[in-house]
Amino acid sequence: MTAYQLNVNGQRRDVNVDPSTPLLWVLREELRMTGTKYGCGISACGACTVHFGGAATRSCVLPVSAVGDRPVVTIEAIGRDPVGRAVQGAWVERDVVQCGYCQSGQIMSAVALLKAKPDPTDANIEEAMGGNLCRCATYVRIREAIRNASKQLK
Amino acid sequence: MRAFNARTDLHLNRRSFLRASAAAAGGLLVSFYLDLPALAQEGNPPPKVYPPDAFVRVGPDGRIVISINRLEFGQGVSTGLPMIVADEMDADWSQVQAELAPAADVYRDPLFGIQMTGGSASIANSFQQYRELGARTRAMLVAAAADRWSVAPNQCRTANSVVYGPGNRSTRYAELAEDAARKPVPDKVRLKNPSDFKIIGKPVRRLDGAAKCDGSQKFGLDFDLPGMKIAVVARPPVFGGRVKGFDDKEARGIAGVRDVFEIPLAKGTGVAVVAERFWAAKQARDRLKVEWDLSGVERPDTSELRSRYKKLARTAGKAAVSRGDEKAMGRIPAASRIVAEYEFPYLAHAAMEPLNATIRFDGDRAEAWIPTQFQTLDQAAIGAILGLKPEQVALHTEYAGGAFGRRGSVDLDVPRETAAVAKAVRGTPIKLVWTREDDMQGGRYRPMFVHRVEVGIGKDDMPAAWKHVVVGQSFMIGSGNPFEPFLVKDGVDVLTVEGTADTRYSIPNFHVSAHHPTVNVPVLAWRSVGYTHNSFVMETLIDELAVRAKTDPIAYRLKLLDPGARKQRAVLTLLQQQSGWRNKLPRGHAVGIACSQYHDTAVACAVDVSIVDKRPRIHRATVAIDCGLAVNPLSVESQVQGGLGFGLSQLMANGAITLKDGQVEQSNFNDFRPPYIADAPVAIDVHIVPSAEAPTGAGEPPVPVISPAVVNALARLTGKRYRSLPLVSL
Repeated sequence: MTAYQLNVNGQRRDVNVDPSTPLLWVLREELRMTGTKYGCGISACGACTVHFGGAATRSCVLPVSAVGDRPVVTIEAIGRDPVGRAVQGAWVERDVVQCGYCQSGQIMSAVALLKAKPDPTDANIEEAMGGNLCRCATYVRIREAIRNASKQLK
Repeated sequence: MRAFNARTDLHLNRRSFLRASAAAAGGLLVSFYLDLPALAQEGNPPPKVYPPDAFVRVGPDGRIVISINRLEFGQGVSTGLPMIVADEMDADWSQVQAELAPAADVYRDPLFGIQMTGGSASIANSFQQYRELGARTRAMLVAAAADRWSVAPNQCRTANSVVYGPGNRSTRYAELAEDAARKPVPDKVRLKNPSDFKIIGKPVRRLDGAAKCDGSQKFGLDFDLPGMKIAVVARPPVFGGRVKGFDDKEARGIAGVRDVFEIPLAKGTGVAVVAERFWAAKQARDRLKVEWDLSGVERPDTSELRSRYKKLARTAGKAAVSRGDEKAMGRIPAASRIVAEYEFPYLAHAAMEPLNATIRFDGDRAEAWIPTQFQTLDQAAIGAILGLKPEQVALHTEYAGGAFGRRGSVDLDVPRETAAVAKAVRGTPIKLVWTREDDMQGGRYRPMFVHRVEVGIGKDDMPAAWKHVVVGQSFMIGSGNPFEPFLVKDGVDVLTVEGTADTRYSIPNFHVSAHHPTVNVPVLAWRSVGYTHNSFVMETLIDELAVRAKTDPIAYRLKLLDPGARKQRAVLTLLQQQSGWRNKLPRGHAVGIACSQYHDTAVACAVDVSIVDKRPRIHRATVAIDCGLAVNPLSVESQVQGGLGFGLSQLMANGAITLKDGQVEQSNFNDFRPPYIADAPVAIDVHIVPSAEAPTGAGEPPVPVISPAVVNALARLTGKRYRSLPLVSL
């Protein structure tokens, strides 16, 4: 076990865990922030997506030992960000979710996309969202919600 | 056809009664008790931790909490059922909340007789039930107001959670709730005329929408209790294998590991690791050295199975349908016959939330928190393992991150494994977590199938004779599932031939039979069950016949459909009207059509497809659905859009579960790849046939149409017919 000081959602959080523990499980089990989801454990589904140093990152394959003091932002705090708030609002407005399990990850990927490309093309959307699996296949509404959020942010 | 009457005076069924009582927190509580043999409510005091057995709770603060007798796994039932109650009780929708009901006899499906979620039946089977609950609740609130004002109830009207009486009097439901709870439950109640519906039939956003966008929605896997430990299980490499011995020295060396022991599985045995945290449990499980006893265990191989199934398909199976003259085929010239052989692989459900369950066993009682499709069956299975009566197991229904059939396995594998672990560590709450790999390799798949069909075409270009053999495992035969006696007829499992046997195409000489080989791979229902493969076969062959007849595929289907196939005719006609784009396709694009009726819901679909990077690119899908009254059209649209995406799973290049020497070859989303955003249709427009008939379900019916529609379009682009799934190459 090793002590780490993490910067999660703007707060310093102290944890004492095995260095190999993925950030996902630190968030879920040490910090009890369960909005970030376990889907595959091999960065193949995107359910665990967080922002790490501002970039959409799969937390299931990021060992806590590699996190350092770079800021981590999760679904629980993304609404404090104007782009995050717009995306969440667009999601609710278009009634995107079904089971909802993948949607934390979808929203984190969409926010990162709109921060980098405020006016994304269809190709940009497919590329940025291409690794986020949704078994309920809410993809059509995800596309619409991203376009709506983009319009709203203009 | 379940039609509901415009105005119904309801007499309570002799075998049911209503009971109203004051809720602990104050307020009105209406429960609907069914007088079923296993009920015996009077004899069993409710367990301490149960919320009251209730469907409607009107709080003093105005909140109205509706209990959902189902699992919410994405289909939107926790919005749809409250809409029904709220409309009949004239509730203020902004105050309505949903709560998933625990396991209790009162929450049994009124038609199926067990508490369950499946068959797209939640709204269909509970529509009347929830309307009555809403109407009775309203009547009791009105009675309370009328008493207070000394007026007759019929002098009062209601709207938006307020009762209005003569002389501008009004009182909010919240203020009436306690008085109303003391009123007798009316045995007769008048339901609304559907033209007076204010909520039912309107597009309503999900009640769980916001919580699922900010991370606050808790799923089964998020459940936590003080002192809870995590269990991960090492399962045998071949289904049914048993632990011969294991070395857990290294595993126990992982910090946080509390215990390692053998447990019985639904098939064979495994080794459970109990730890403080998931990561420790998984690290330890990966370091276990287990010696497996695989003696006497069949080790299936899918390539061998395929040849075996193909051989079987050349012989007639047990008859599912025998209509007309079996010798008719012989009179049709060879040039007018098509022989087609189809292959379908095993498919994993691969719901986003890996399987899990939490159980605390205290010796004389247990409590369970499970995202499950079978609450009462789980309760009994857990009780049996722990030596408890079902009612000593308090089971809470957790929100599920998808299921598609997997959380309703016939052998109840997940709750049973969890109970086995909980039993060994009595007093400690245990959350059993299946890793993605466990889930992917854990069986309970959509079975593998081979179909062999011979079609004889008549002089009118219509099929005159049809001989169809289906080969594949039955998950019902011998399962002991309560539905087995209804679904297995003369040795044929209806669930393997549905979509063919019940076709509404008029084929005069029609013979369908089935073989159900026994294979050591546990299998299960997968969203839309038998239609996943049968509709594919039917709809691709019908398309082939339409092409041979040089007839528009919609017109051909309309001509071939039985005149009584009202719903399929309605959706095809609506599709025809709504898919004008079919006539102005860009170069390199083609259209594909398919139509299917799952139980009482019909769906027709047109897709615009081109080939990009050797894969189908679906630019657009237009869908028409007739599901009776669409209680929530926004939700029906969701289910259609999502159902199409789910149905595409079987076209994905890496969309098969295969076995070699008994071992599943895929393990995660890197080698079993369901559709991602670029694989799904870019746009889907959904058109609902206007209907005042009873709702018939929308969750599964859209699934079967998409894959035949797409390959029908591909056939136009490449000239090839695609009869072997998954679609590895074009």
